[in-house]
Amino acid sequence: MFKLLKYLKGYIPQSIIAPLFKFLEASFELAVPIVMANIIDIGVKNRDEGYVYKMGLVLVILGILGLAAAITAQYFAAKSALGFGTALRKDFYRHLNTLSHAEIDKIGTPTMITRVTNDINQAQTGVNMFLRLFLRSPFIVIGSIVMCLTVSPSLTLIFGIAAPVIGLIIYLIMTNTIPKYKKIQSRLDRVSLLTRENLSGVRVIRAFARQNNEKEDFDEETGELLKAQVRVGRISALLNPLTFAVVNVAIAAILWFGGESVDSGAITQGELIALVNYMNQILLALIVVANLIIILTKASASASRINDIFAITPSVTDEGNVYVEAVNGAPAVEFGNVVFAYHKDKPSLENITLTVGRGETVGVVGGTGSGKSTLVNLIPRFYDITEGGLKIDGVDVKKYPLSQLREKIGIVPQRALLFKGTIRSNMLWGNKNASDYEIWFALETAQAAEFVRKLSDGLDSVVEQGGRNFSGGQRQRLTIARALVMKPDIIILDDSSSALDFATDAALRTALKRDLSGSTVFIVSQRASSVKHADKIIVLDDGHAAGIGSHGELFENCQVYREICLSQMSQQEAEK
Amino acid sequence: MADRKKSYSKDTLKRILIFTKPHLHYLVLAAFFSVINVALTLYIPILIGDAVDCAIEAGRVDFKAMLPILIKLVISAAAGAGASWLMNLCTNKITYLTVRDIRRTAFGKLLTVPLSYMDSHPHGDLISRMITDTDQISDGLLMGFTQLFTGIVTILGTLFFMLSINVWITLIVVLITPLSFFVASFVAKHSFDMFRKQSETRGKMTSLVEEMIGGQHLVKAFSHEGEAEAEFGAINEDLRQYSIKAIFFSSLTNPSTRFVNGLIYAGVGVFGAINVLSPSGAITVGQLSCFLTYANQYTKPFNEISGVITELQSAIASAKRVFDVIDAEAEETDARNARVLLPENVDGRVDIKDVSFSYSPERLLIENLSLAVKKGQRIAIVGPTGCGKTTLINLLMRFYDVNSGEIRVSGTPVREITRNSLRGSYGMVLQETWLKSGTVFENIAYGMPEATEEEVINAAKAAHAHSFIKRLPDGYNTKISDDETNISQGQKQLLCIARVMLCLPPMLILDEATSSIDTMTEIRIQKAFAKMMKGRTSFIVAHRLSTIKEADCILVMESGHIIEMGSHEELIEKGGFYANLYNSQFKVT
Repeated sequence: MFKLLKYLKGYIPQSIIAPLFKFLEASFELAVPIVMANIIDIGVKNRDEGYVYKMGLVLVILGILGLAAAITAQYFAAKSALGFGTALRKDFYRHLNTLSHAEIDKIGTPTMITRVTNDINQAQTGVNMFLRLFLRSPFIVIGSIVMCLTVSPSLTLIFGIAAPVIGLIIYLIMTNTIPKYKKIQSRLDRVSLLTRENLSGVRVIRAFARQNNEKEDFDEETGELLKAQVRVGRISALLNPLTFAVVNVAIAAILWFGGESVDSGAITQGELIALVNYMNQILLALIVVANLIIILTKASASASRINDIFAITPSVTDEGNVYVEAVNGAPAVEFGNVVFAYHKDKPSLENITLTVGRGETVGVVGGTGSGKSTLVNLIPRFYDITEGGLKIDGVDVKKYPLSQLREKIGIVPQRALLFKGTIRSNMLWGNKNASDYEIWFALETAQAAEFVRKLSDGLDSVVEQGGRNFSGGQRQRLTIARALVMKPDIIILDDSSSALDFATDAALRTALKRDLSGSTVFIVSQRASSVKHADKIIVLDDGHAAGIGSHGELFENCQVYREICLSQMSQQEAEK
Repeated sequence: MADRKKSYSKDTLKRILIFTKPHLHYLVLAAFFSVINVALTLYIPILIGDAVDCAIEAGRVDFKAMLPILIKLVISAAAGAGASWLMNLCTNKITYLTVRDIRRTAFGKLLTVPLSYMDSHPHGDLISRMITDTDQISDGLLMGFTQLFTGIVTILGTLFFMLSINVWITLIVVLITPLSFFVASFVAKHSFDMFRKQSETRGKMTSLVEEMIGGQHLVKAFSHEGEAEAEFGAINEDLRQYSIKAIFFSSLTNPSTRFVNGLIYAGVGVFGAINVLSPSGAITVGQLSCFLTYANQYTKPFNEISGVITELQSAIASAKRVFDVIDAEAEETDARNARVLLPENVDGRVDIKDVSFSYSPERLLIENLSLAVKKGQRIAIVGPTGCGKTTLINLLMRFYDVNSGEIRVSGTPVREITRNSLRGSYGMVLQETWLKSGTVFENIAYGMPEATEEEVINAAKAAHAHSFIKRLPDGYNTKISDDETNISQGQKQLLCIARVMLCLPPMLILDEATSSIDTMTEIRIQKAFAKMMKGRTSFIVAHRLSTIKEADCILVMESGHIIEMGSHEELIEKGGFYANLYNSQFKVT
């Protein structure tokens, strides 16, 4: 938590003023029982009505001052907590953006989302509450005890016993229940999992007529959840009654021993009442402290989750790189004995050597997990190669500023993802300054122009989140167009025609050939027919290049390639 | 409009109460303990006041009278604490039992609703109804009820005790209290608007973050970081503006009510003291101290109640969402005279006669489809993704019912067969593999939980899954889950095949995977498919030309319609859509 406090930097005065005014408020509040004691001891005893009214006015003034102090404190607390949260959120998101693919994969999308939204909110609430309450409550406890000391040092001993006992009760109950609440959460996650499974697997469940068994499972899980909830409830329900009982026993003790003090003339009746009031105030303050501790525990858990992410440094950086010129006449992409491993000792790609000339089309085929996507992801430096060399236009990829490198490369990922906005706003991802003509040209090549033209709003048609208002095939074509708008030197199609029917797929390949004659094209595919006509095909098998060559050559000589072809088409078709 | 809203709130409330009915005894007990607790809690200040009156000044302390008062005080405190604990236990029980029952009922409904319901409701939404909304009911409504009840009892009790001591001072308390309401409603009005804006902005931020981080690879690929940060920054700034106001305004509640409390305290103090002074000696100093305590306590339940009411409103909204699920119409039950179709009576004939079907009235999907499938025939369904190939599966399995026409299995109309036995006579392997979280063994035995180990292993062997299962860390006892990646997509598919292999029904529905399967597994899957299909009537959603060509009949679908039908040779000869599709694959570019 403390590491994050640097985000309070711009709000130092506010973060000091807030607790200070809280402190003032508490002081005013602490004065109230003493004033009341005076009303009784002086006003009532001396039968001085004027004094009583005067003191009543003092009470009202104390109230107003307290209110003013509190409002000031709350305002500055809110201001600094939000300043903290906003700065943290901004910096956190910027940090996420510096991370490279390896780290993003490791953290996972859902985690990153909850960190940005939930965890930062939690930390923000923690700061807010801390500024508001953390000084106030202990101050009231200590202040009450000090006030009691001025009234009667000997009776204060009762406070000295009762306050720690209450503190201990709160502590024990909390340490006992917090881990149990975590268990309840995981039970609830199970219930949620069962629900999700039953929604996603409804067809299978009904096909096997297993509804009753599913119901039994669910009933059992909810039964377990109930048991866990009741068990924790039993303990946490003790908190209020126990503290209530302790406080009242303490009050009984104050009255008894206080009675002795009154008898001996050490304190007055009014002071006795004041002592009782202070006892009640301590109780309230300690309960607030308990709630605050819960909030702070959550906040510090969130803070450590946030810090975990901050601690991750990007593995791919372009620090110190400046614009580089392409080497004249160099091949577009050159893999030299490349080894790549996501995890140590387990290379995903081994000894890949491949030279691709400008304007060539390269097919990348192989089974799942054979390293196809990995291979093309190395080109825009999403990951850094472990060994060997990778050059683009004759220059080592590590020498480029990342933005220069990535502007050369248009990538169409496996998952056809569009962003909320319009078709135009999605196309502008490729090139902020693209004209409508350029966009239409790209759509035309990507075989998307026809259906976009049919939309009543054309380029301004709304795209919902993820592009879910378009079919899988339409989305794929739009993502292809998005990459084409960049007019990239290298275009990578990572299994991005899987949702297209054969006819559209073929038309797309023809158009790419026609419109992108200068660009180097990588086509990753499971379909032999998609790569069949490439200038060069690289066949991957478990991270190794099982063969590099044209369709004809490979079909003759490469066993793996032959198998892939024959599993998808007849011999005669493959030989065509 | 407002009336209607009120009446549905009332109806929703009533329905929640119906769910609490089986646990009514806890409710009665809770009320009982609550009354005891409140009575004792309120009795204690009186005792304290009495004790204070025993200690007037030096030399005038009546210890003899004080002792029994203090004993009563300790006993009351202990008993009050006990009652409060028991009350909490009872309310916990009702709350959690009711929520459990509501969840179970809703889940039970999910098992009986027609598939169209699941297909048309986002799953995330249904899950959040089952989990978050039901929790909201427990937090808001049931906990709220007890607070409401305790609050009202406390207010009435305090009034009663105060009146029994002194009417005039009570009047002061009652008169100043409404101030706290004004303050609270002023605060609520101002903070509500800001809270709404805050949560709207927060929603905007969440969806931006979800979108950008979900597509982080793309953000990097297109060097879009700067734009994304700018957009994020703008929303972040808005959020700050609204949040400061929302948090500030809402944080005024406590100091303001403390202020009102302070006023009441001062009022009671002054007028109490004057009353003590009055010649008639209307009250004693001890009673004054008792009043001061009441004055502190009196406003608390009011604040709690106003909090409870907001919670109640959101709980009712949540309850409404859960009841929407519970009220969903269940699948039409099997006809009364429906037959159970035994596997040995299935001869493999499927007759589709003049079937028309649509998901929505505007778009007719299948029109007058007729097809007579003989025993052992293979029907391939072909067409681009999204053309509605799964619709046919939905109709065969009776996940959806036809709008007109009829489907017969072994000569019997499907409407006259129980759904379970109809579905049981098909073995289904979908491209979207679904496995339950559990062990490999449990998953294979899903359709036949009583299967022996040997049977399961045989099924796995037949599905060519045995060898990879053996290599898993715990073999057949390896735990798997739907979204974990400890096994590959292809292996999942093999497990799904093994699952069907174990029961091996007389007819099959298969869905070939388009992609994402490695060559070796692919070959295994094809072998397993071939083994299953031998002698069985099969419907295959096909992507592979080899499968398509070997089919007895090919149904070619495009945008929901069956546009061509016939064998490979017939269709090629026809030179239509299929021929075009077939040729395009080999078109030289």
